[in-house]
Amino acid sequence: MIMDNLIALLVIIPLLAAPLCLLLPARWSWLLTTAVSWLVFGLTILMLYQVDSQGILSYHLGGWEPPWGIEYRVDALNALVALIVAGIGAVVIPYARLSVRAEVAADNSAGFYAAYLLALTGLLGITLTGDVFNLFVFLEISSLSSYILISQHRERRALVAAYQYLVMGTIGATFLLIGIGLLYGMTGTLNMADLAERLQEVEQTRTVYTGFAFIVVGASIKLALFPLHWWMPNAYTYAPSVVSAFLAATATKVAVYVLLRFLFTVFGVEFSFRSEFFQSALIFLSVAAVLVGSALAIVQINVKRLLAYSSVAQIGYMILGLALLNLLGLTAATLHLFNHALMKGALFLALGCIALRMGATEISQLRGMGKRMPITMAAFVIGGLSLIGVPGTAGFISKWYLALAAFERGWWPLILVIVVGSLLAVVYIWRVVEVAYFQESEDQSRCEAPLSMLIPTAVLALANIYFGLDTRLPLYLADSAAQLLLGSAP
Amino acid sequence: MTRDPVLKITAKFLIPLIMLFALYVQFHGEYSPGGGFQAGVIFASAIILYGLVFGVEAASAVLPMSFLIRQAAAGVLLYGGVGVVSMLLGGQFLNYNLLAADPVSGQHLGIILVELGVGLTVTAVMVIIFFVFADRNRP
Repeated sequence: MIMDNLIALLVIIPLLAAPLCLLLPARWSWLLTTAVSWLVFGLTILMLYQVDSQGILSYHLGGWEPPWGIEYRVDALNALVALIVAGIGAVVIPYARLSVRAEVAADNSAGFYAAYLLALTGLLGITLTGDVFNLFVFLEISSLSSYILISQHRERRALVAAYQYLVMGTIGATFLLIGIGLLYGMTGTLNMADLAERLQEVEQTRTVYTGFAFIVVGASIKLALFPLHWWMPNAYTYAPSVVSAFLAATATKVAVYVLLRFLFTVFGVEFSFRSEFFQSALIFLSVAAVLVGSALAIVQINVKRLLAYSSVAQIGYMILGLALLNLLGLTAATLHLFNHALMKGALFLALGCIALRMGATEISQLRGMGKRMPITMAAFVIGGLSLIGVPGTAGFISKWYLALAAFERGWWPLILVIVVGSLLAVVYIWRVVEVAYFQESEDQSRCEAPLSMLIPTAVLALANIYFGLDTRLPLYLADSAAQLLLGSAP
Repeated sequence: MTRDPVLKITAKFLIPLIMLFALYVQFHGEYSPGGGFQAGVIFASAIILYGLVFGVEAASAVLPMSFLIRQAAAGVLLYGGVGVVSMLLGGQFLNYNLLAADPVSGQHLGIILVELGVGLTVTAVMVIIFFVFADRNRP
């Protein structure tokens, strides 16, 4: 029964655990969430093996045949994104217990974990579904629950940040829905595979072009593509640390996945990139994201905000890889989904440890932290090196592939952009390292974070090194995903 | 809260009828327009009317917040639980065909149970929204 319903279980288990969180006594909610997150991670690995051995998996919800019923359809790309979401979820949640106790009002903790489980449900649902309307529904589930998660920080500013995110997120989701509605009007189907076939007959119509535009803009808001990124720095800065880590590592990745899925599977490469203007616009915006995001990161005084701006730049790399439109570029983009989740997860978790001890994440609070919290800061440095793309870390691999892809196209200026982006990353990471290691604080006592928070942070930091040296797993998955995306072109 | 006797008596007269109509919409949802969502909203409107006329304290004495949150969660669990049962019976998630001896009564049973879950949750959430806004200015 488990193997037959594997894909559906990935969504159903966290979905049903969320109301259970509210029904059970509050002290059980963390335990239940942990058990569920690990179970889901285990099932995702099982699914990965199944995809690898059987190819595309398909599940018919309620026994209704596609294209009439909702189909869950899993190939190499979904499996990779699901692995990122479930993996980060499983690492982050043991860390959450103490961090949430410190940052979230105690009587809200059951609700917090319920919202977390719903966010996990939504993100996994977006990833696994093969139905565009179902995708919208899961997008709303994940968005609404992440607004709640962000607003849960004790500081009132979190409410404003959550509200800003709500306004932008709702606009993004509405655009996506308008686009989906237009496509439905033209084809009468919502199933992605069926849509891809039927769109070919009507693709020269203005309605389809309009739908395409709405979907691309909607997805770009959700993935915070420059210049639609302005909701992100506030949301990540004022959210509870666990939420920043979880959302930074998963939510934008899933939004990039949505864009990839629509451009390459639903519309097809030929339609999406028929006009060269679209390709050059994407390249222009991603280059701007890399340069402006990195430059803005340098001038921030709050480290969480600094990392948020750096995320804007990293998303630029992913979209750049996508827009290069060759196998290496798409491999780099999907690889960077995986690697960026590792590095940003490690960095935000390390910052959460500092926030627990110091109560804030201003850069001046980090003075002398190299001595006071050596393990936390070591994890931060490893994450930072990976962000810069130093050889031997995961970040190097994706940037290397991105550079190769630009080289294959013969677009030299883009390689220069990648190098400049990395140099800017050196500057903003160095600012933090300099304060933490070379400035003395008055208080010299050690105040290392508790083990339950240190271990997840260290696991993600070491994963950055491990996947920088042994690239077989992410590279294999990214490569098969890229082949699938380009191969699925009509 | 009002002191107007006409309003109070009219409300007392209407509230049971509204509830009855909600139940009618709930249990005929599989045949006629309506279903769990509409029934839930109608049922909640009866309680909101009670709150408007007799005061929020009186309404929340009938349905305390802690109960409403549990009711909302239980509704979702009932919906999902039907799906899990159909999975345990060897079908896909929410495949109602297997819930009873023959597919037709299976579909009936499945839809009635699922709509009941929707109704419970929608009623609870509607009343929660009303309480949260109505209670906002109280310490």
